[in-house]
Amino acid sequence: MNFDFSDDQKFLRDEARKFLEAQCTSAHVRAVLDDDSKSHNEDVWKQIVEMGWLGAAIPEEYGGLGLGMLELCVIAEELGRVLAPVPFGSSAYFFAEALKIAGSDEQKARMLPNVADGSLIGCIAVSEGPGEIKAGALATRLKDGVISGKKIPVTDGDIATHAVVLVKDGSGESLVIADLSQSGVTREPVKTLEPTRSHATISFDGAAAELLGEAGNGMALLDQINDRAAVLLAFEQLGGASRCLEMANEYAKERVAFGRAIGGNQAIKHKLADMYVKNEVARSNAYYGAWALSSDAAELPEAAAAARVAASEAYWFASKENIQTHGGMGFTWEVDCHLFYRRAKLLAVQAGSPAVWKEKLVSALEAKND
Amino acid sequence: MDFNDTPDEAEFRAEANAFLSQHLKPKTPGALRSGGREDFLERAKAWQKTKAEGGFAQITWPKEMGGRGGTVMQQVIWGQEEAKFDAPTGPFAIGLGMCVPTVIAFGSDEHKKRYVQKALMGEEIWCQLFSEPAAGSDVAGLKTKAVKDGDEWVINGQKVWTSGAHYSDYGILLVRTDPNVPKHKGLTMFIVDMKQKGVDVRPIHQASGGKEFNEVYFTDVRIPDSDRLGEPGMGWKVALVTLMNERLAVGGSPGPDWKEIMDYARSAGTLSDQAFRAKLADWYVAAQGYKLTKFRTQTALSRGETPGPENAIGKIINANHLQDICNSAIEMQDHFGLIVDKDEAPSDAIFQESFMWAPGLRIAGGTDEILKNIIAERVLGLPQDVRVDKDKTFAEMN
Ligand SMILES: Cc1cc2nc3c(=O)[nH]c(=O)nc-3n(C[C@H](O)[C@H](O)[C@H](O)COP(=O)(O)OP(=O)(O)OC[C@H]3O[C@@H](n4cnc5c(N)ncnc54)[C@H](O)[C@@H]3O)c2cc1C
Repeated sequence: MNFDFSDDQKFLRDEARKFLEAQCTSAHVRAVLDDDSKSHNEDVWKQIVEMGWLGAAIPEEYGGLGLGMLELCVIAEELGRVLAPVPFGSSAYFFAEALKIAGSDEQKARMLPNVADGSLIGCIAVSEGPGEIKAGALATRLKDGVISGKKIPVTDGDIATHAVVLVKDGSGESLVIADLSQSGVTREPVKTLEPTRSHATISFDGAAAELLGEAGNGMALLDQINDRAAVLLAFEQLGGASRCLEMANEYAKERVAFGRAIGGNQAIKHKLADMYVKNEVARSNAYYGAWALSSDAAELPEAAAAARVAASEAYWFASKENIQTHGGMGFTWEVDCHLFYRRAKLLAVQAGSPAVWKEKLVSALEAKND
Repeated sequence: MDFNDTPDEAEFRAEANAFLSQHLKPKTPGALRSGGREDFLERAKAWQKTKAEGGFAQITWPKEMGGRGGTVMQQVIWGQEEAKFDAPTGPFAIGLGMCVPTVIAFGSDEHKKRYVQKALMGEEIWCQLFSEPAAGSDVAGLKTKAVKDGDEWVINGQKVWTSGAHYSDYGILLVRTDPNVPKHKGLTMFIVDMKQKGVDVRPIHQASGGKEFNEVYFTDVRIPDSDRLGEPGMGWKVALVTLMNERLAVGGSPGPDWKEIMDYARSAGTLSDQAFRAKLADWYVAAQGYKLTKFRTQTALSRGETPGPENAIGKIINANHLQDICNSAIEMQDHFGLIVDKDEAPSDAIFQESFMWAPGLRIAGGTDEILKNIIAERVLGLPQDVRVDKDKTFAEMN
């Protein structure tokens, strides 16, 4: 047993942190926030592409670095810390992982190298309306090799070049891949409460699509993809939650009220201690998820769900109490607290809300126990 | 990162499990815990002896101390395996987890020869005499005093809430030897024979109904200077080592957990309730988070790093969730949930029993508030609470 990252992985983390702290500052994030026409920060994206991180977990034969899932987890945490305003997760956690688990050899050979080198930006398009995605309730159809229907919101849907789309077809639900540059696809930006990550409505009207995995197997595949993405999202969430605690901690030591640093008061101290406890619970669950993901363990569904539930709770708590700790300053546009609050919510509901994951977790525990 | 056993670890686990199966019954969910049984102490002593003879007591202790000279990971594995059985370990937790390690750290060779083996074999039980009526969280404010008289110290005063004092043979005793210095500087630690003249142990009737802790009165109790642990005035440092060892002690959780309430909910037909399922997920995530956090600490320990504040996390999470889980289980039973009669109440009334124990667990070994202070001050580096008594002598303040 060994419950920690290796020295090489920690080295990667340190390097990634140094790089991102210099190259993906609050100013880079705000450049996207303050400009409605910007879907992401191109400079940051370009540099991340150059680092080869998109291919961290893509095998070398498909043009990746062939490192592994643990390395991708390490990178995800660092991207989360700096609120990286780039479509990394959509492409690396969802699209690439979907191809890795369900793609044919030909599909992998054709697309994974382009994901790795950033020339293909992938996303996943499943949501059509409020609430959990349920089989049977889908309106988007696949018929005779083309799809029609509307997906909203699609994270990074306006910059992505390709999407994994959940559709209904003769055999039930299926996943397909659609090239988003073709005619028959229209995209409209949609405003969300997290403007540093772009979202779009994508309408398909007879757009060509190729099947990903077996027809009729869409919901099961989506579950598998989400389990994998969940662990990676949990690391991003953990990065953000850790940063919130650091910000709150720094401010609490610095800000003076009633003649002393506010952090000397227990109401603040205990609030920060609670953040710490939640973050550690999230970190430990995320590590377990990382192990399950990297070793394709049978425990992945429950480990992923636990990682996700813990990380969503930790980030939510840390991001809201970080604002509270900063007082009036915390509620200004200029102070970064709200950026984390926004991102926390995006990451909590992307790929299923905490309620959905709690249910998945309990179902997994039940099944195991039968 | 690897959550699987290495071949060596798997071999040790198999060995541990074989030993446990040979001597104990597996824990059955909801079954009456050993704790409630009349012959508990005898069974605990017998099990401790068996364990020591089998080479499984205090796995990380060096062989010359009667331990196994094993690794931290072996201790973890042993803890995991032992938790699957109905092992009566309670009475030895304080002694072997906290008191005897303090004796090993600060005692003379004589002390080690005299006490360690006997404790390990389950022949002698230890208790920890720190808290006093006016000094619990603020334990350094204690008043029990020791005055030097030749080669002996004379102790007078009162301790309180001392777990297991009524069946303990020895204790580690923190007392004030110098009131004319600030409170932390005038303390000294001793080994005390609990059966000697002048030590008066009076069981306290607990809120839970049991009588597991005590008041202990000291009237002109004489302790030879040779039974001092550490230098006079250094008692606070010694006490901190005791408390640090508490962090190292590997133990299971003290009552019903997510698994138990899930099993109960299934049998009661309420497992499909959405609100309950969401809570169950939270309990699982927290329990798992604590368990895995401990594994992370143990990984660090096995690399020679010192233990962090993880135990503080564990107490905050576990004690609160135990209270919550029991509360939910009782409410699930509706009016019937009030019943504590083991023959009538579901799961041998384990939820009801733990419901009444949980408040104590949130206090014993440091309250929630004190543990949060520890995290805030020692981990996060936030300013200390205002301590008006910091630079004054103890005598000035009292
Ligand atoms: C079941 C049980 C077993 C025990 N076993 C032992 C034992 O074997 N040996 C032993 O020595 N002791 C033992 N104790 C005593 C235990 O260590 C103390 O009860 C505990 O440390 C709290 O001290 P107190 O009871 O004096 O509460 P107080 O210190 O009076 O606290 C009362 C309330 O004030 C809060 N409070 C106190 N100080 C602060 C602060 N600075 N900031 C914020 N809030 C504060 C507390 O959190 C609590 O809510 C045991 C207690 C229990 C319940």
